[in-house]
Amino acid sequence: MATVSPTPLLKDELDIVIPTIRNLDFLEMWRPFFQPYHLIIVQDGDPSKVIKVPDGFDYELYNRNDINRILGPKASCISFKDSACRCFGYMVSKKKYIYTIDDDCFVAKDPSGKDINALEQHIKNLLCPSTPFFFNTLYDPYRDGADFVRGYPFSLREGVPTAVSHGLWLNIPDYDAPTQLVKPLERNTRYVDAIMSIPKGTLFPMCGMNLAFNRELIGPAMYFGLMGDGQPIGRYDDMWAGWCTKVICDHLGLGVKTGLPYIWHSKASNPFVNLKKEYKGIYWQEELIPFFQSVTLPKDCTTVQKCYIEISKQVKAKLSKVDDYFNKLADAMVTWIDAWDELNPSVAKSAELPNGAAK
Amino acid sequence: MSVAIKDDEIDIVIGAVRSDLTSFLNEWRPMFSRFHLIIVKDPDLKEELKIPEGFNLDVYEKPYMDRVVGSSTSVLFSGYACRYFGYLVSRKKYIISIDDDCLPARDPKGFVVDAVSHHITNLTTPATPFFFNTLYDPFAEGSDFVRGYPFSLRSGVKCALSCGLWLNLGDYDAPTQALKAKQRNSRYVDAVMTVPAGSLVPISGINIAFDREVLGPALVPALKLAGEGKFRWETMEDIWSGLCVKVVCDHLGLGVKTGLPYVWRTDRGDPIASLKKEWEGVKLMEEVVPFFQSVRLPREATTVEDCVVEVANAAKERLGSTDPVFARAAKAMLDWVNLWKSVGYISSSSSAV
Repeated sequence: MATVSPTPLLKDELDIVIPTIRNLDFLEMWRPFFQPYHLIIVQDGDPSKVIKVPDGFDYELYNRNDINRILGPKASCISFKDSACRCFGYMVSKKKYIYTIDDDCFVAKDPSGKDINALEQHIKNLLCPSTPFFFNTLYDPYRDGADFVRGYPFSLREGVPTAVSHGLWLNIPDYDAPTQLVKPLERNTRYVDAIMSIPKGTLFPMCGMNLAFNRELIGPAMYFGLMGDGQPIGRYDDMWAGWCTKVICDHLGLGVKTGLPYIWHSKASNPFVNLKKEYKGIYWQEELIPFFQSVTLPKDCTTVQKCYIEISKQVKAKLSKVDDYFNKLADAMVTWIDAWDELNPSVAKSAELPNGAAK
Repeated sequence: MSVAIKDDEIDIVIGAVRSDLTSFLNEWRPMFSRFHLIIVKDPDLKEELKIPEGFNLDVYEKPYMDRVVGSSTSVLFSGYACRYFGYLVSRKKYIISIDDDCLPARDPKGFVVDAVSHHITNLTTPATPFFFNTLYDPFAEGSDFVRGYPFSLRSGVKCALSCGLWLNLGDYDAPTQALKAKQRNSRYVDAVMTVPAGSLVPISGINIAFDREVLGPALVPALKLAGEGKFRWETMEDIWSGLCVKVVCDHLGLGVKTGLPYVWRTDRGDPIASLKKEWEGVKLMEEVVPFFQSVRLPREATTVEDCVVEVANAAKERLGSTDPVFARAAKAMLDWVNLWKSVGYISSSSSAV
């Protein structure tokens, strides 16, 4: 579909962060869309393995040894043997925008058969406002061919800055293990031609497979938690980041969009392996959702870091009774912010930098 | 069509703001003919209604309306609000209401959309207002709840209202349509979703369906613009009504869905001419939305009637002095609840016809 003006490439303002433990063959398919951009590869697992990056890409690659070297003792907050390690890439990036994608995600086709340039759509989503305060029944009002509907107050039509663009997946849907076990053959074939703002006050399950965000606006909230090796839980990294991010976005008046673009998710992970990883998460989330739904942040939390530290305090106070894991996670959240601020001293936007909270 | 729903549980309520319903009803015949129709003629409409043969219907006009509710109260039902009289006298569980200038739409594959069937599916599958499902309606074919969706929230709640959309002439306000004179909505978004709890939404009356048994008088013929006219651009009654319904649903734990089905809305009217009248409505929304966003219903309000009365009283108190239209709306809401108690509730005790 024709656009009124071309979407800017933002090639010097956007990093693509890719966690990988296998290989990066999938990049060949993305080459037409990704080649102009700088890649940050976060290599999980055995650091002695050599991950070959296809020729022609401009990239930096970090393995576990690099993470340990750069962060020292703070490296404890970065997960090992879990794609949650990707958030290290967010921390070391120097760009304004991040796009992160899984290495089993390929270019999808729209209903007309045309290849979808997912990155371009994410950029469009991030560059135009969100409308979280009142639901527009025609979805994204800024899209070509759409607008605000009758009854939408004019005073709300400017919208707010978009912090997150959450894309979706055709083919293998992002189901939890129990659903995968019950419906192993279900494929997502429905192309829903919409982008919408998730209303203020509403939480959602944020999937990290096809995700873009404004690092300057929300970066420090995108901590993907303690998962994988040595941890009692996995496959909740992006969920955790999503709940924290949404609470903070709601507090700071930032927008979160979901919908287009679609990518093609090719690989169904083993549901029995997934079940083991998710098992605790499935019943912990019954406590976590009410927790996040009731989090309130004081007015003086005016930066993402301050909000995040405040959430970590509330995690410790209210969730440690669920499991001691949350004590460790709360500590790791603080370590993350410390590490973020150390690596990004000039990014903090408010007048004062937050001090590391007392542990 | 859901197997569990019997045809005699549904009323199709059409508010006739134009007299010739021939092509409208003929186009909808394949979808409407199984059901009982209630046609309510706008009391201000002078011409005789033209209705084609072959439908099972009841037609209500001003003289009857005056007899049932009193001529001073029948003013509640002028213009687009005439359909509410149909809601009042219906004896069925589900109501589907479509504007008389809308025709069946076609989906991207070219199939005619059965809006009735879609609305009933929306109303008879749960809504999920407490947590957003990124794959939209988890009960749709080929869809489900995504990873991270709490299991305790997966049974959902009853869906009380289904808001459909419109292809061709979108439901824009007059300034927007006047500015984008050629813009037509051609995007078919293949999704139904639940509007999250706590989130307000401008509910267009053009293409809706609801569970009358559950919602009762929650849809209110209340906000009448001073310059209200016979085009949707010149009204806000449905927007006010929808905000009231959403607040009530959020309070009572009921769901509101939006999205499919689409109807095809024919080109009609001149937005620039309507601009002169509708500025009032556009300005009022600046007060209306913050008001509804701030309404808090007390725990003791456990029925729909209680809730509507609370909203009416809050409107009178907080908006009454801002503009007389709000004081009138508040009064209309109270009158409506009383009317419902005397006329509307006969249905719950008698069996469906």
